[in-house]
Amino acid sequence: MTEEIIIAGFGGQGVLSMGKIMAYSGMMQDMEVSWMPSYGPEMRGGTANVNVILSDERISSPILRSFDTAIILNQQSMDKFEKSVKPGGTLIYDGNGITRHPERKDITVYRIDAAEEASKMKMQKVFNMIVLGGFMKVKPILKTEYVLKGLKKSLPERYHNLIPLNEKAIERGMEIINKV
Amino acid sequence: MEKELRLMKGNEAIAEAAIRAGADGYFGYPITPQSEILEYLMEANPQATTGMVVLQAESEVAAINMVYGGAACGKKVMTSSSSPGISLKQEGITYIAGAELPCLIVNVVRGGPGLGTIQPAQSDYFQATKGGGHGDYHLLVLAPASVQEMADFVELGFDLAFKYRNPVMILSDGAIGQMMEKVWLKPQKKRSEEILPWATTGKPASRPRNIITSLDLDSERQEKFNLKLIAKYREMEENEVRFEEFMTDDAEYLFVAYGTSARLCQKALQLARAEGIKAGLLRPITLFPFPKKRLNELADRTKGMLAVEMSAGQMVEDVMLSVNGKTRVSHYGRMGGMIPTPEEVVENLKSFIKG
Repeated sequence: MTEEIIIAGFGGQGVLSMGKIMAYSGMMQDMEVSWMPSYGPEMRGGTANVNVILSDERISSPILRSFDTAIILNQQSMDKFEKSVKPGGTLIYDGNGITRHPERKDITVYRIDAAEEASKMKMQKVFNMIVLGGFMKVKPILKTEYVLKGLKKSLPERYHNLIPLNEKAIERGMEIINKV
Repeated sequence: MEKELRLMKGNEAIAEAAIRAGADGYFGYPITPQSEILEYLMEANPQATTGMVVLQAESEVAAINMVYGGAACGKKVMTSSSSPGISLKQEGITYIAGAELPCLIVNVVRGGPGLGTIQPAQSDYFQATKGGGHGDYHLLVLAPASVQEMADFVELGFDLAFKYRNPVMILSDGAIGQMMEKVWLKPQKKRSEEILPWATTGKPASRPRNIITSLDLDSERQEKFNLKLIAKYREMEENEVRFEEFMTDDAEYLFVAYGTSARLCQKALQLARAEGIKAGLLRPITLFPFPKKRLNELADRTKGMLAVEMSAGQMVEDVMLSVNGKTRVSHYGRMGGMIPTPEEVVENLKSFIKG
């Protein structure tokens, strides 16, 4: 099993930390993992993206052009990465701010309105965890138990009281993701 | 600290490995994409645990001269920077090579020339392997292709530096510096308390004074010294060549690539094989000494070699010298911080095969 993933959105949406939690969880499930961020000036207020690979084998290239799953969180990223999904692959997107919805017919498209849900739940900060929950539902590679362990590893100790809230967000994400 | 599995950035792995390898000192100055090395060390504050000194110097030039001083005292010292900063350090590096001192220099390469870009590149190959500063000298150059190797090559680099009394460079790039992978960290080693016979540690009555210098105004003696250096480099070529091979047994075409490019080529190899092209990969781990002999052997049974680098074509010259006309050699590369994709590399291999 090798799952090659891109997560793309605005800087500040928690794109990189979501990738980090996925990589941590993968590591704890004894998988090979890599996390390759875009870095540099483009991250400040602009777009941010990260390539995450989860695999049972030694990972070759950490930098990729085509992906099994694309998680897309803004319009710019949709324009750039819809075409990067492998035929038969998966695209997950948040409908918030999207003016041109995905058009490809050779991939499976899921929509998760995580931004709306986060604001309804009055916890904007766990937006990325709602999205992650959606991913975990449609691609059952990462187990909740390990994701929570991964969270513990990547969150500074002073935020560990927020873990139950994150768990709730993951559960909510699993519920609200829908096939388009 | 025990052996430990962690998820880390390449830069952080270098910093943590330096503490665990029992380094005595790190002197640096921040520059993207390697600032995490200095930041990590500052936060870890190893002075409180192992006694390792971590210092942000006032400039790159100051940092390399602090390394020169620490090395002259026989200490395990290192610095790190990225391309423009490494250029600033070149005067110090040639003095350290000329004074035959051990030290570790990390270059997390970004695109150039000049200030260039902060994105990854491999365009400092010539500078790293052919000298860099003035005079006839070489660094021993290690090229990690994973976060694990970023950690492992710190201790290896120090060992080789002291074995040959020669500066060692870890030539990495922004991609490996910034990406996170699993890394097994070794247990904490104690800092060495051994006083080396050549080190300037205060002269006791029992021995003549030790002089650390790169200056000799007597040309005959200086030439003898040059010959001694060359003999040392030949010894490295004899003993220290390191490389890794992928599917070379039946390969008709060979990628030659190091660092990030070697990772891309591993994927390109799978894609090419899926299309029925018998491709292989030789990944040099030491760039100096270069795996010349092995490439020359492989040239006898390959139809061509494609050097893939994030540069205008630098390592490809060493590949050509190694095969000495026995087989076709070409180059494919991207520059300015662009990273080629595995698909792109395969397309290029196909047009190389067509001729």
